[in-house]
Amino acid sequence: MFSVFDIAGSGLSAQSLRLNLTASNLANSQNVAGDPQAVYSARHPVFRSREMSFASQMNGAGVEVLGILESSAAPIERYDPGNPQANADGMVYAANVNPVEEMANMISASRSYQSNLEVINTEKELLMRTLTLGQG
Amino acid sequence: MLGQSIFGVHEQALSLRAHRTEVLATNLANADTPNFKARDFDFSAVLSGAAAGRSPGLQATHARHIQTSSAQRPTLAYRNPFQPSRDGNTVESDLEFARFAENSIAYQATLRFLGGRISTLRMAIGGR
Repeated sequence: MFSVFDIAGSGLSAQSLRLNLTASNLANSQNVAGDPQAVYSARHPVFRSREMSFASQMNGAGVEVLGILESSAAPIERYDPGNPQANADGMVYAANVNPVEEMANMISASRSYQSNLEVINTEKELLMRTLTLGQG
Repeated sequence: MLGQSIFGVHEQALSLRAHRTEVLATNLANADTPNFKARDFDFSAVLSGAAAGRSPGLQATHARHIQTSSAQRPTLAYRNPFQPSRDGNTVESDLEFARFAENSIAYQATLRFLGGRISTLRMAIGGR
Protein backbone atom coordinates (compact mmCIF):
# COMPACT_ATOMS: atom_id res chain seq x y z
CA MET A 1 0.00 0.00 0.00
CA PHE A 2 2.96 2.29 0.57
CA SER A 3 3.70 2.08 -3.14
CA VAL A 4 0.94 4.62 -3.76
CA PHE A 5 3.41 7.22 -2.52
CA ASP A 6 6.00 5.97 -5.02
CA ILE A 7 3.49 6.02 -7.84
CA ALA A 8 2.04 9.45 -7.13
CA GLY A 9 5.51 10.78 -6.27
CA SER A 10 6.82 9.70 -9.66
CA GLY A 11 3.87 11.54 -11.18
CA LEU A 12 4.75 14.67 -9.20
CA SER A 13 8.37 14.62 -10.30
CA ALA A 14 7.47 13.96 -13.94
CA GLN A 15 4.94 16.79 -14.00
CA SER A 16 7.28 19.21 -12.27
CA LEU A 17 9.96 18.43 -14.85
CA ARG A 18 7.36 19.20 -17.52
CA LEU A 19 6.61 22.51 -15.80
CA ASN A 20 10.34 23.25 -15.67
CA LEU A 21 10.68 22.65 -19.39
CA THR A 22 7.66 24.83 -20.11
CA ALA A 23 9.22 27.61 -18.03
CA SER A 24 12.50 27.16 -19.90
CA ASN A 25 10.71 27.25 -23.27
CA LEU A 26 8.78 30.40 -22.40
CA ALA A 27 11.83 32.13 -20.94
CA ASN A 28 13.85 31.40 -24.06
CA SER A 29 11.06 32.04 -26.55
CA GLN A 30 12.56 35.38 -27.62
CA ASN A 31 16.10 34.07 -28.09
CA VAL A 32 17.65 34.83 -31.45
CA ALA A 33 20.86 33.67 -33.12
CA GLY A 34 22.53 34.27 -36.45
CA ASP A 35 22.81 30.55 -37.08
CA PRO A 36 19.64 28.40 -37.31
CA GLN A 37 21.51 25.52 -35.66
CA ALA A 38 22.61 27.57 -32.66
CA VAL A 39 19.24 28.93 -31.54
CA TYR A 40 17.25 27.48 -28.65
CA SER A 41 14.65 24.92 -29.65
CA ALA A 42 11.58 23.97 -27.62
CA ARG A 43 12.05 21.01 -25.27
CA HIS A 44 9.38 18.56 -24.25
CA PRO A 45 9.56 15.53 -21.96
CA VAL A 46 8.72 12.02 -23.14
CA PHE A 47 6.85 10.03 -20.50
CA ARG A 48 6.80 6.30 -20.15
CA SER A 49 4.97 4.03 -17.75
CA ARG A 50 7.36 2.37 -15.32
CA GLU A 51 6.27 -1.23 -15.86
CA MET A 52 8.80 -3.68 -17.14
CA SER A 53 7.97 -7.09 -15.77
CA PHE A 54 4.81 -9.14 -15.79
CA ALA A 55 4.66 -8.84 -12.02
CA SER A 56 4.61 -5.08 -12.13
CA GLN A 57 1.73 -5.13 -14.60
CA MET A 58 -0.30 -6.79 -11.88
CA ASN A 59 0.64 -3.99 -9.50
CA GLY A 60 0.68 -0.29 -9.92
CA ALA A 61 3.42 1.41 -11.84
CA GLY A 62 4.50 5.01 -11.75
CA VAL A 63 5.65 7.19 -14.58
CA GLU A 64 9.20 7.97 -15.63
CA VAL A 65 10.76 10.47 -17.97
CA LEU A 66 12.28 8.58 -20.87
CA GLY A 67 14.04 11.62 -22.24
CA ILE A 68 13.72 15.18 -23.36
CA LEU A 69 12.88 15.78 -26.97
CA GLU A 70 14.03 18.93 -28.70
CA SER A 71 11.53 20.19 -31.22
CA SER A 72 12.63 19.72 -34.82
CA ALA A 73 10.45 22.55 -36.10
CA ALA A 74 12.35 25.14 -38.15
CA PRO A 75 13.38 28.30 -36.28
CA ILE A 76 11.54 31.48 -37.20
CA GLU A 77 13.54 33.48 -39.73
CA ARG A 78 13.46 37.26 -39.43
CA TYR A 79 15.18 40.10 -41.27
CA ASP A 80 16.76 42.26 -38.57
CA PRO A 81 20.05 43.80 -39.79
CA GLY A 82 20.34 46.07 -36.74
CA ASN A 83 20.60 43.10 -34.40
CA PRO A 84 24.19 42.41 -33.31
CA GLN A 85 23.53 38.70 -33.70
CA ALA A 86 22.38 38.97 -37.32
CA ASN A 87 24.39 37.03 -39.91
CA ALA A 88 25.98 38.47 -43.05
CA ASP A 89 22.60 38.63 -44.83
CA GLY A 90 21.03 40.49 -41.91
CA MET A 91 18.89 37.52 -40.88
CA VAL A 92 18.28 36.32 -37.32
CA TYR A 93 16.69 33.02 -36.30
CA ALA A 94 14.28 33.01 -33.37
CA ALA A 95 13.49 30.02 -31.15
CA ASN A 96 10.74 27.74 -32.47
CA VAL A 97 8.70 28.02 -29.25
CA ASN A 98 4.95 28.14 -29.68
CA PRO A 99 3.67 30.16 -26.70
CA VAL A 100 0.09 28.92 -27.05
CA GLU A 101 1.23 25.30 -26.97
CA GLU A 102 3.41 26.05 -23.96
CA MET A 103 0.56 27.66 -22.05
CA ALA A 104 -1.67 24.65 -22.76
CA ASN A 105 1.13 22.36 -21.59
CA MET A 106 1.55 24.42 -18.47
CA ILE A 107 -2.13 24.14 -17.54
CA SER A 108 -2.16 20.41 -18.24
CA ALA A 109 0.99 19.82 -16.17
CA SER A 110 -0.34 21.85 -13.28
CA ARG A 111 -3.65 19.94 -13.29
CA SER A 112 -1.86 16.60 -13.35
CA TYR A 113 0.48 17.72 -10.57
CA GLN A 114 -2.54 18.68 -8.46
CA SER A 115 -4.27 15.36 -9.02
CA ASN A 116 -1.15 13.42 -7.98
CA LEU A 117 -0.84 15.60 -4.90
CA GLU A 118 -4.47 14.93 -4.06
CA VAL A 119 -3.81 11.19 -4.36
CA ILE A 120 -0.94 11.49 -1.86
CA ASN A 121 -3.06 13.47 0.60
CA THR A 122 -5.94 11.01 0.39
CA GLU A 123 -3.60 8.08 0.83
CA LYS A 124 -2.00 9.72 3.85
CA GLU A 125 -5.43 10.18 5.39
CA LEU A 126 -6.33 6.55 4.74
CA LEU A 127 -3.10 5.28 6.27
CA MET A 128 -3.52 7.47 9.34
CA ARG A 129 -6.99 6.03 9.84
CA THR A 130 -5.63 2.53 9.35
CA LEU A 131 -3.00 3.15 12.01
CA THR A 132 -5.66 4.02 14.55
CA LEU A 133 -7.72 0.93 13.73
CA GLY A 134 -8.96 -0.77 16.88
CA GLN A 135 -8.12 2.11 19.18
CA GLY A 136 -10.99 3.48 21.16
CA MET B 1 -16.85 -17.44 16.12
CA LEU B 2 -13.12 -17.16 16.73
CA GLY B 3 -12.33 -19.10 13.59
CA GLN B 4 -10.80 -17.64 10.47
CA SER B 5 -13.59 -15.16 9.96
CA ILE B 6 -13.50 -12.82 12.94
CA PHE B 7 -13.55 -9.96 10.47
CA GLY B 8 -15.63 -11.71 7.84
CA VAL B 9 -15.30 -10.38 4.33
CA HIS B 10 -13.95 -7.02 5.48
CA GLU B 11 -10.42 -8.31 5.85
CA GLN B 12 -10.22 -9.21 2.16
CA ALA B 13 -12.20 -6.12 1.23
CA LEU B 14 -9.64 -3.88 2.94
CA SER B 15 -6.70 -5.41 1.13
CA LEU B 16 -8.54 -5.28 -2.19
CA ARG B 17 -9.46 -1.63 -1.61
CA ALA B 18 -5.82 -0.85 -0.82
CA HIS B 19 -4.76 -2.57 -4.01
CA ARG B 20 -7.36 -0.69 -6.03
CA THR B 21 -5.97 2.56 -4.62
CA GLU B 22 -2.61 1.62 -6.14
CA VAL B 23 -4.15 0.76 -9.50
CA LEU B 24 -6.10 4.02 -9.66
CA ALA B 25 -3.05 6.01 -8.52
CA THR B 26 -1.14 4.41 -11.39
CA ASN B 27 -3.80 5.55 -13.84
CA LEU B 28 -3.66 9.10 -12.47
CA ALA B 29 0.14 9.22 -12.46
CA ASN B 30 0.18 8.12 -16.09
CA ALA B 31 -2.52 10.54 -17.23
CA ASP B 32 -0.06 12.11 -19.70
CA THR B 33 1.91 9.01 -20.74
CA PRO B 34 1.54 8.21 -24.44
CA ASN B 35 0.07 4.76 -25.17
CA PHE B 36 -0.71 4.09 -21.53
CA LYS B 37 -3.91 2.08 -21.10
CA ALA B 38 -5.94 2.72 -17.97
CA ARG B 39 -6.61 -0.41 -15.92
CA ASP B 40 -8.91 -1.44 -13.13
CA PHE B 41 -10.55 -4.56 -11.73
CA ASP B 42 -14.14 -5.44 -11.02
CA PHE B 43 -14.17 -5.03 -7.27
CA SER B 44 -17.43 -6.78 -6.44
CA ALA B 45 -16.65 -9.78 -8.68
CA VAL B 46 -13.18 -10.19 -7.17
CA LEU B 47 -14.49 -9.77 -3.64
CA SER B 48 -17.30 -12.29 -4.03
CA GLY B 49 -14.76 -14.68 -5.58
CA ALA B 50 -12.40 -14.11 -2.66
CA ALA B 51 -15.22 -14.64 -0.17
CA ALA B 52 -15.96 -17.95 -1.88
CA GLY B 53 -12.31 -18.91 -1.46
CA ARG B 54 -11.27 -18.47 -5.06
CA SER B 55 -8.01 -16.89 -6.08
CA PRO B 56 -8.66 -13.47 -7.66
CA GLY B 57 -6.54 -14.26 -10.70
CA LEU B 58 -7.25 -16.70 -13.51
CA GLN B 59 -8.71 -19.95 -12.24
CA ALA B 60 -6.25 -22.86 -12.26
CA THR B 61 -8.36 -25.95 -12.86
CA HIS B 62 -5.39 -28.29 -13.18
CA ALA B 63 -2.46 -28.87 -10.86
CA ARG B 64 0.04 -27.98 -13.57
CA HIS B 65 -1.54 -24.70 -14.59
CA ILE B 66 0.68 -21.67 -14.14
CA GLN B 67 -0.48 -19.40 -11.36
CA THR B 68 -1.04 -16.02 -12.93
CA SER B 69 -1.30 -13.99 -9.78
CA SER B 70 -0.82 -14.27 -6.08
CA ALA B 71 -3.71 -14.44 -3.68
CA GLN B 72 -3.92 -10.69 -3.16
CA ARG B 73 -3.50 -9.61 -6.76
CA PRO B 74 -6.57 -9.62 -8.96
CA THR B 75 -6.17 -9.72 -12.71
CA LEU B 76 -6.40 -6.23 -14.12
CA ALA B 77 -8.54 -5.40 -17.11
CA TYR B 78 -8.19 -2.51 -19.50
CA ARG B 79 -10.72 0.24 -19.31
CA ASN B 80 -12.99 1.08 -22.24
CA PRO B 81 -12.47 4.83 -22.66
CA PHE B 82 -15.30 7.18 -23.54
CA GLN B 83 -12.92 9.60 -25.21
CA PRO B 84 -9.57 8.03 -26.10
CA SER B 85 -6.91 10.58 -26.99
CA ARG B 86 -4.73 10.80 -30.07
CA ASP B 87 -1.57 9.60 -28.32
CA GLY B 88 -3.12 6.25 -27.39
CA ASN B 89 -3.67 7.16 -23.76
CA THR B 90 -6.99 5.97 -22.34
CA VAL B 91 -6.83 7.66 -18.92
CA GLU B 92 -9.72 10.03 -18.28
CA SER B 93 -8.45 11.92 -15.27
CA ASP B 94 -11.75 13.19 -13.92
CA LEU B 95 -13.42 9.77 -14.12
CA GLU B 96 -10.38 8.14 -12.55
CA PHE B 97 -10.49 10.69 -9.81
CA ALA B 98 -14.16 10.02 -9.15
CA ARG B 99 -13.37 6.32 -8.84
CA PHE B 100 -10.43 7.09 -6.61
CA ALA B 101 -12.64 9.13 -4.27
CA GLU B 102 -15.30 6.42 -4.25
CA ASN B 103 -12.65 3.82 -3.46
CA SER B 104 -11.19 5.80 -0.60
CA ILE B 105 -14.63 6.33 0.93
CA ALA B 106 -15.27 2.60 0.66
CA TYR B 107 -11.87 1.95 2.26
CA GLN B 108 -12.84 4.13 5.20
CA ALA B 109 -16.20 2.38 5.46
CA THR B 110 -14.40 -0.96 5.63
CA LEU B 111 -12.14 0.47 8.33
CA ARG B 112 -15.25 1.46 10.30
CA PHE B 113 -16.65 -2.07 10.01
CA LEU B 114 -13.36 -3.53 11.21
CA GLY B 115 -13.18 -1.03 14.07
CA GLY B 116 -16.74 -1.90 15.10
CA ARG B 117 -15.87 -5.58 15.05
CA ILE B 118 -12.81 -4.95 17.20
CA SER B 119 -14.75 -2.95 19.79
CA THR B 120 -17.43 -5.67 19.87
CA LEU B 121 -14.76 -8.26 20.60
CA ARG B 122 -13.25 -6.02 23.25
CA MET B 123 -16.60 -5.73 24.94
CA ALA B 124 -17.00 -9.49 24.83
CA ILE B 125 -13.50 -10.02 26.26
CA GLY B 126 -14.11 -7.47 29.01
CA GLY B 127 -17.35 -9.23 29.94
CA ARG B 128 -19.42 -6.06 29.64
